[in-house]
Amino acid sequence: MDKLLEVKDLKIEATAYPPGEPPQEITIVEGVSFSLEKGRVLGLIGESGAGKSTIGLSAMAYGRGGVRITGGEVKVNGRDILQAGPSGLRALRGAEVTYVAQSAAAAFNPAKRLMEQIVEATLAHGRFSKKEAEARAVELFTKLGLPDPENIGKRYPHQVSGGQLQRAMTALALCPQPDLVVFDEPTTALDVTTQIDVLAAIKEAIRDTGVAALYITHDLAVVAQVSDDIMVLRNGNTVEYGTTDQIINAPREEYTQALVSVRSINHEEKQPTPDPVLKVGNITARYASAAEDVLKDVSVEIHPGQTLAVVGESGSGKSTLARVITGLLPPREGQIVFGDRTLPPALEQRTKEDLRELQMIYQMADVAMNPRQTIRTIIGRPLEFYFGLRGSEKTKRVQELLDEIELGDGFMDRYPAELSGGQKQRVCIARALAAKPKLIICDEVTSALDPLVADGILKLLLDLQKIEDVAYLFITHDLATVKAIADSIAVMYQGSVVRYGPKSEVLSPPFDDYTDLLLSSVPEMKLGWLEEVLAHRKMESAGH
Amino acid sequence: MKNIPISALIGLFFTGLYFLAAIFAPLIAPYGVGEVVGDVWEPSSAEHLLGTDNIGRDLLTRMIYGGQTTIWIATAATALSFTTGSILGFVAAVLGGWVDQTLSRFVDLVMSLPTLIFALVVLSVMPVTVTVLILVMGFLDSTRVYRLARSVAVDITVMDYVEAARLRGEKTGWIVFREILPNALSPLVAEMGLRFIFMVLFVSTLSFLGLGVQPPEADWGGIVKENKDGIVYGIPAALIPAIAIATLAISVNLVADWILNRTTSLKGGRGG
Repeated sequence: MDKLLEVKDLKIEATAYPPGEPPQEITIVEGVSFSLEKGRVLGLIGESGAGKSTIGLSAMAYGRGGVRITGGEVKVNGRDILQAGPSGLRALRGAEVTYVAQSAAAAFNPAKRLMEQIVEATLAHGRFSKKEAEARAVELFTKLGLPDPENIGKRYPHQVSGGQLQRAMTALALCPQPDLVVFDEPTTALDVTTQIDVLAAIKEAIRDTGVAALYITHDLAVVAQVSDDIMVLRNGNTVEYGTTDQIINAPREEYTQALVSVRSINHEEKQPTPDPVLKVGNITARYASAAEDVLKDVSVEIHPGQTLAVVGESGSGKSTLARVITGLLPPREGQIVFGDRTLPPALEQRTKEDLRELQMIYQMADVAMNPRQTIRTIIGRPLEFYFGLRGSEKTKRVQELLDEIELGDGFMDRYPAELSGGQKQRVCIARALAAKPKLIICDEVTSALDPLVADGILKLLLDLQKIEDVAYLFITHDLATVKAIADSIAVMYQGSVVRYGPKSEVLSPPFDDYTDLLLSSVPEMKLGWLEEVLAHRKMESAGH
Repeated sequence: MKNIPISALIGLFFTGLYFLAAIFAPLIAPYGVGEVVGDVWEPSSAEHLLGTDNIGRDLLTRMIYGGQTTIWIATAATALSFTTGSILGFVAAVLGGWVDQTLSRFVDLVMSLPTLIFALVVLSVMPVTVTVLILVMGFLDSTRVYRLARSVAVDITVMDYVEAARLRGEKTGWIVFREILPNALSPLVAEMGLRFIFMVLFVSTLSFLGLGVQPPEADWGGIVKENKDGIVYGIPAALIPAIAIATLAISVNLVADWILNRTTSLKGGRGG
């Protein structure tokens, strides 16, 4: 059969500029080969730094940010595009091969209407006339399930939702009738319930147009739904390459097996105690300039040494709840009872003891630590501040904490920039533990991490909970994480708690509509899941 | 050292030369600063390398002492404007609310008045001493530094590590000096070089207008003023301090540019 895309022995290099050292040549991708036939989808999967986006862009002979393709060949329709000159590449990009970026919001020009941008490349390449291109775009809008396909092109990017914008971007890529589309994490930035719709729309559009696609993602469960073949990458090398069925159901390599069985933590649910450590009572809150409440009558309890998971999509108010509990946003109504005392609403009125017993860990460990402080200062400061530890006593305790988070020696005098993402998050955990808190608020602490690293962090948090008997308020949008660690769950939707109780109860039927939607939207690591869910949904709506 | 571009090396050389000359002025100046040693506007000779000035003083000596005065005033005023401007800017960014409003609107008010006119008015009613000059110049310039410091700090205060410090219960002092200052330092240091140049130009302007350094003390702007009449007769004495001001300005700029380029996270621009 005719190969549409053929990549042989690809080698990609870049120049690194380590501070204080001469520039170094580093190899990003080496010895990667694959091929793609018309109408097939190949999933490229790997953690950050695996080289998956770099490989995807090589299908357009493009190297991002000083990256150079230095070896091998990339053939599109039989032509080696690495040998093509600038005009050859111009003809290729945006016509034969197109690209869908992760963040559609950043990829669209906010000052131009959608339609103008969607047909731009098509017109520039002379693939269709303006009239034809616009008709094609409307057709694609319909196919992708965008509302009001005739008129949505007249809107500006900020006038449509994130999921709609991502679909508009898919329309943009499909409009010139390309042979190959490179999807670079197209659903990663979306909420889980939106992701499923976009995923279904993309899958259908691929099938209907018969286009071939490279689908890049870090989420194996997602890629299993759309691709025919999967290539697992790690550190720029191929780990495993096979059909989707083989990779998911019979992975050969250890690394692939780890990816498939990620989130296998088994956590025994604990029974509620009579004395909760934190009682949030009927909280209503809004931001100063807003006219609407972000939290509406929210009440939850957290028991000592247990974990309450607060789940919801972006905008559901879960992070605002954390801000209210910490005192950053005093509520309009309601009260927060912490242990045996009622906390003052605002941060400034709370005592040092209140602050010490309530610690927080952030989503982005990068910005949660001062880049100009060493680990010694970062972890040592709470010790000094709350307990007055100084000198060797402080150093000893910092080392103990570092041991507890499994980092060990040699980290004390490093700066955050010298740590990996997972290590940074561990240091943030140590900083919170240093205060000997009763409750730690974890705000999406694993969502910026690769799945295997995130798993390690969750295990660590559970171990620490046993040792330190600390309670967690765990804010997340990821239901797999919730299943892994929670004792009780609060599901939030548009500022209200729609479902609340022990984990086993919340996760067993009968469900309310929103919880059902949320639970069914979490991609499962099996083939055909997407169709099952969609069919299930259609039956439901037909029944109503 | 080998990574320093040639322009920065030139800048470093001249900046270093002027600063060393200023520091060791009494040692290297051939004559006394107010000493009349020759005829009026003598051309350059072995005794007087740059010739003499409008009343027969050695111009090289005047230039060295003038450089000392100019650089000292500019340095002191820059230091003053940076300490007050950046600390107030940081505090405004951290505390926000009415503190920020009051400070920022006051700064707007001062900035809305033309600097030179403001300085001329103040200096014409106050005794013109070096201290007063430094205070007036430092105060006027601190408004610009305040703007930059505040805008840099506003970006930093929204970082999670500042929020973490707040949640820990840290006082404003710790947040300003330990969390914000280290992260705001590089754009401020780069800006400092440029502000220093404005100070040199400012004090030279004031002296040229007669409201800066008072005779018989020398400073570069004053030397231009004293010798400006010579230009009519084709005597270049006034050009020498002018060239000194220009080369100092350019060379400090070259150094500042180099620091700016090395700074990755520049926020707030260079200001004017």
